[in-house]
Amino acid sequence: MPKPMADTVKIDGVSNSSAHSRRHGLRKRISRNWELYLLIAPAFLYFLIFHYGPMYGIQIAFKNFMPARGITDSPWVGFDHFIRFFNSYYFWDLIRNTLTISLYQLIVGFPLPILLALAFNEIKNGWFKRTVQTVTYAPHFISVVVMAGIIVTFLSPSTGIIINIIEWLGFTAPAFLTDPAWFKTMYVLSGVWQSTGWGTIIYLAALSAVDPQLHEAAIMDGASRWRRIIHINIPTIIPTITILLILNVGSILGVGFEKILLLQNPLNMSSSDVIDTFVYRTGLLNVQYSFSTAVGLFNSVINAILLIAVNQIARKTTENSLW
Amino acid sequence: MAAVIKESKTDRMFLGFTYLFLAIALICVLYPLLYIVSASISSPTYVNSGEMWLLPKGITFEGYQRVFENQAIWRGYANTILYTVVGTLVNLLVTIPAAYALSRSDFVGRGFFMGMFLVTMFFGGGLIPTYLLVKELGLINSMWALILPGAASVWNIIVARTFFQSTIPKELQEAAHIDGCTNLRLFWKIVIPLSSPIIAVMALFYGVGHWNSYFNALVYLNDEAKYPLQMVLRQILVLQEMNSSGIGTATSGETAMAMNARADVAALLKYAVIIISTLPIIAIYPFLQRYFVQGVMIGSVKG
Repeated sequence: MPKPMADTVKIDGVSNSSAHSRRHGLRKRISRNWELYLLIAPAFLYFLIFHYGPMYGIQIAFKNFMPARGITDSPWVGFDHFIRFFNSYYFWDLIRNTLTISLYQLIVGFPLPILLALAFNEIKNGWFKRTVQTVTYAPHFISVVVMAGIIVTFLSPSTGIIINIIEWLGFTAPAFLTDPAWFKTMYVLSGVWQSTGWGTIIYLAALSAVDPQLHEAAIMDGASRWRRIIHINIPTIIPTITILLILNVGSILGVGFEKILLLQNPLNMSSSDVIDTFVYRTGLLNVQYSFSTAVGLFNSVINAILLIAVNQIARKTTENSLW
Repeated sequence: MAAVIKESKTDRMFLGFTYLFLAIALICVLYPLLYIVSASISSPTYVNSGEMWLLPKGITFEGYQRVFENQAIWRGYANTILYTVVGTLVNLLVTIPAAYALSRSDFVGRGFFMGMFLVTMFFGGGLIPTYLLVKELGLINSMWALILPGAASVWNIIVARTFFQSTIPKELQEAAHIDGCTNLRLFWKIVIPLSSPIIAVMALFYGVGHWNSYFNALVYLNDEAKYPLQMVLRQILVLQEMNSSGIGTATSGETAMAMNARADVAALLKYAVIIISTLPIIAIYPFLQRYFVQGVMIGSVKG
């Protein structure tokens, strides 16, 4: 990479080899580029207020928040809210639901885009490939509300098309929407339908980096398509796979709860309630600010620990990591 | 080269399976989409009984007519357009300048700013502290509660920064400086005109996000007149259906008859409303697919 002008100037300044002129150079660089601070100011203020501001508010997890006294003046209670959460009878249900839904989602949803991308990569650019890509990308743009609406409408016990098909085949349809046993499958499969196609894009980008000479050489040596996928294509995308896997595992306690919230009802609650929906309900609907902040904090701390741990393991074993 | 050597029998078989796999994927994704389109212009009797399974049957446009008559949907539509336009503008005004500043290697402090932004990707205050902050700022029940808390995304800033780093030649900036051009002038007169692809990509990503979002409205808005389209849809598509299948809570004032009547209207509306609410995105999507894909690709470059 060619050295940018500014660096060259700085190096010239440093060659006088006095700390004074180095500081002088730095000050010159800052003052000459002062307008760049103007450009970044809106983003800086935004993150400071709307991301670091709430981090300051986390302290209410250790306090009994009283709106009249504000965040700073509410009395400290230590770990009371956490202990109450750990001892509550729904604690293990919430943990189990959150973990099983995201593991289920990871196991079913993670490999499919990879398979689909490898398949796309095998066929020539033509109308068929373009059609399949355009169609499979499309559901990505459907909103969660419409998605939940589609699920509810298709699985409606009296009029849903899926129920009609199952009954037409001669089976009795389960009560998908109200039977806790079906909630997770319904949730995961609808997610697979919506996001598998879109998920291929990133792998296709990685696959486009494969050196065509590798394939030519392998063909000369008589390697079949299958062999070339195993020995050339897959190794090429392993770094991408690792990074995405780390990110996925790192958010394992953060299932996309907006769809769950829409599909939840009193009858399937025992298998649909996850930490995030619980935080929403107790916090905003039942106004237990401190308690639900504690639950949310527990969730983010576990996620952060998982992310760091998985990243560490990945760095040791595969030499690929986020940092 | 590749074409000279004839494909072996196993290779052709393998390719056959690949086509089959893709064809199955195509059908699985396409069928529900076609079904919704057909159902929206079919008579509800056929749809509900399962007689309409692919092509429209008993064609009627009553569902669409009901949508056009529905005041709440129109109001939601207008609100969503307003929130999407203003929100996306705010997003761009925050994201693009910040990304440009961060792309400059001679910007003292860029490591600090980048670090500060990145931390928020992995750790945040959570729902309640954010809610309390928005309340404290007096934004509850205003459009700004849907716009300001999501004014920028770290991911998009990184994507835009990567774009600037890889497409704006450093020589351009040096030449401009030598000619006495200030950084702001450089940004507005030279960088922005060269950056229409990334601005388009960002506008699309943010715009679709605003169009589809409902959760912030659910949390921060309590005046129904301000509800965006997705909140209206939630009422029609999700809550109604839950009520009509005997779960959820019926308010005591409502008689069973009134509820049934509402459920019937909802049944007629739902497919049409799905189409109409998704139409803007579906209509522009084929033309913009290239940009969307480009955006994801730029984002996938590690940086």
